[in-house]
Amino acid sequence: MYYKDYDTEGFFDEYFHADGSPREGASILLKRLEQLPGGELLRRQKATEARLFQMGVTFTVYGEEEGTERIFPFDIIPRVIEAREWEALERGLKQRIYALNLFIDDIYNDKKILKDRVFPEELLKTSKCYRPQCEGFRPPRGIWCHISGTDLVRGGDGVYYVLEDNLRCPSGVSYVLENREVLKRTFPKIFEDSKIRPVDDYPYRLREMLQYMAPDGAHSPTVVLLTPGIYNSAYFEHSYLAQQMGIELVEGGDLAVTDGYVYMKTTKGLQKVDVIYRRIDDDFIDPLAFREDSLLGVPGIMDVYKSGHVALVNAIGTGIADDKIIYAYVPEIIKYYTGEEPILPNVPTYVCWEELDRKYVLENLESLVVKPANESGGYGIMIGPKASARVREEFRGKILEDPRNYIAQPTVSLSRVPILVGERFEGRHVDFRPYTLYGEDIYVMPGGLTRVALKKGSLVVNSSQGGGSKDTWVLRDLS
Amino acid sequence: MLSRVANSIYWMSRYMERAENVARFIEVNLHLMLDMHTDEGQWEALVSTTGDLEIFRERCGEEATRETVLDFLTFDRENPNSILSTLTMVRENARSIREIISSEMWEQINKFYYFVRDSALSGVAAETPQDFYQRVKTESHLYAGIADSTMNRGEDWHFARMGRLIERADKTSRLIDVKYFILLPKPEDVGTPIDNIQWAALLKSASALDMYRRKYEQITPESVVQFLLLDRHFPRAILYCVLMAEVSLHSITGTPAGMFRNEAERRMGRLHAELTYARIDDIIKRGLHEYLDNFQGELNGVGDSIKDTFFALSSASPNTPGGMEE
Repeated sequence: MYYKDYDTEGFFDEYFHADGSPREGASILLKRLEQLPGGELLRRQKATEARLFQMGVTFTVYGEEEGTERIFPFDIIPRVIEAREWEALERGLKQRIYALNLFIDDIYNDKKILKDRVFPEELLKTSKCYRPQCEGFRPPRGIWCHISGTDLVRGGDGVYYVLEDNLRCPSGVSYVLENREVLKRTFPKIFEDSKIRPVDDYPYRLREMLQYMAPDGAHSPTVVLLTPGIYNSAYFEHSYLAQQMGIELVEGGDLAVTDGYVYMKTTKGLQKVDVIYRRIDDDFIDPLAFREDSLLGVPGIMDVYKSGHVALVNAIGTGIADDKIIYAYVPEIIKYYTGEEPILPNVPTYVCWEELDRKYVLENLESLVVKPANESGGYGIMIGPKASARVREEFRGKILEDPRNYIAQPTVSLSRVPILVGERFEGRHVDFRPYTLYGEDIYVMPGGLTRVALKKGSLVVNSSQGGGSKDTWVLRDLS
Repeated sequence: MLSRVANSIYWMSRYMERAENVARFIEVNLHLMLDMHTDEGQWEALVSTTGDLEIFRERCGEEATRETVLDFLTFDRENPNSILSTLTMVRENARSIREIISSEMWEQINKFYYFVRDSALSGVAAETPQDFYQRVKTESHLYAGIADSTMNRGEDWHFARMGRLIERADKTSRLIDVKYFILLPKPEDVGTPIDNIQWAALLKSASALDMYRRKYEQITPESVVQFLLLDRHFPRAILYCVLMAEVSLHSITGTPAGMFRNEAERRMGRLHAELTYARIDDIIKRGLHEYLDNFQGELNGVGDSIKDTFFALSSASPNTPGGMEE
């Protein structure tokens, strides 16, 4: 038996109760897996890895020489989310993105939340991601964050907490789609028996949303995906999504601004572009408006955007709500704009900018995770319980020098899901990133990216640091 | 379609054809060696035909041996035209147009690249070179077959075919030159069994021996050159390549056959006419090598005007990641 000696080691396990008995959602799957002949699971794991490599489902690791592509490690045991769990998650995600969108619109326009002193103005002004260029601007249909990939973690109490909102260029959705494709081939029989909600129509819905954003008067709008190019770590995803949606994948050099519109350069001359799904940071998108040294963007595109002749998805300036200090205020933001209590809680967060919080953080560095306010991908983080005294002192200095730039959170004992180790199951920590599209209505894809820390005991799930992924099954409501 | 994408497809296809033809050059040389009693100067002559003698001397010194030449032409990453380098370029170009080509093509490119890269480490190419270069040809054929049976016959396919055929025409002309460079025919050898074997080896390297036999009874230098240069039906013959490249060019632009609306069409048309009305005995009288040299120059001109006509709007990708994804 794969899980005879399985030990949850006191963590919340997505497959098993504390007493070792299977949870309801996992029970059908476990029963089917037990029916496979010995060695079969391992054989299928290997075949799946070979398949992913052949398909070229790879990512690029920064700072290495040639041969920098690796496959994103994949474990074939899926994460399972039961229908009623999902229902609450979905409502929580919709509520959150709805409120965040109103927040962004407000701070660049009426600034009501500042006037009502619910949110401190100083924090806004000092955020690296605030774009004064967007003041007074309202994007098409009033929507700013069209695509978000919220990072959720599940604590020892079994509660899902929001860790990050990722409102700029959340990546990983291509892995969700590819993982599902591959796993269907790995477990065709089990797929037939389980009631799993499909994720395959994501590209279709994405395209529909993008078309909905087209400037008024654009009949059968031309939609493109703007990539920084093949050296970007997520290039595979850009290319994959463009292909799945049947739209052009363009680089900055393929676009040009002429007479107040954006065009792409084709073998038959210039062709007008209406909607751009851009996977380039604000900073790089227009050397005339932002970083002058950017070679990736399109000079003059910001003016076209502000005159309403092209739509950018996500809107410029949404990164403000990714600032981790602003994140700390999201529960207040939700209450302010919706009058409701937040359905999904934040991980408790100490804002070093606030004196009382800072004092607490400095006194408890060995038990907290300290994060810079504006980094992503797990860079620049200190994990207190694992850091040496020297590193802790270093962070103490950093916090005192620039308190605005740091927050701290208690370590969350991430929930675990079994992975296949040889012929047995072993528990590993996971997080979860579902994807939300905000167009004519709000759609949460029933599934998402489950990242798993493959190293025993590790809490770091980032692909750049030894993380892998799993397919995520959201079960249909059978009642 | 995007100029940049057209450019990538065209070059992806050219580089793939180039990789295959390097294998053919080496193969013809290996064949010729078997029947000769000395290999004096022969390996250096091979490098000359590829046009990379200068880089070779920088990399490997003055003396060209079997080992150094094989390694230089096959695995040397500093040689931009080695099989491994050209396959790397195929893959880089393919990566930038993944959403345009079929996933089957992409998988074959990957498989091919890894095969050659891994062979560089295992030393298998030096041990059984015939098998290795045969496999290179087969993988390239497999790619061409997959491309032919999985791509829409749209603009992208025509750019791919045009790139492949222009490269092939150039390389077939150089393949004929291998014989010229290596074996300046000594008067006493002409018409002897040795000479015939050598011409047969040349045909074989162009995968042309079987089709040649169906058309000609005997192997004579004139008819071999006639076949590889001026045949209208053999797919590696230079005239065939030019004819079909021209068809693709006109499919892309929509210009009626026999007319031209841009420099690429004008030069391609002129080359077509020149080859159509050429006579093999005139060519040999004027000097085959000079004729081929001139042809290569004209073909380069066609390549340049294709670039100016279709790709000039595009610019190269900057080599930076462009900020972190979340």
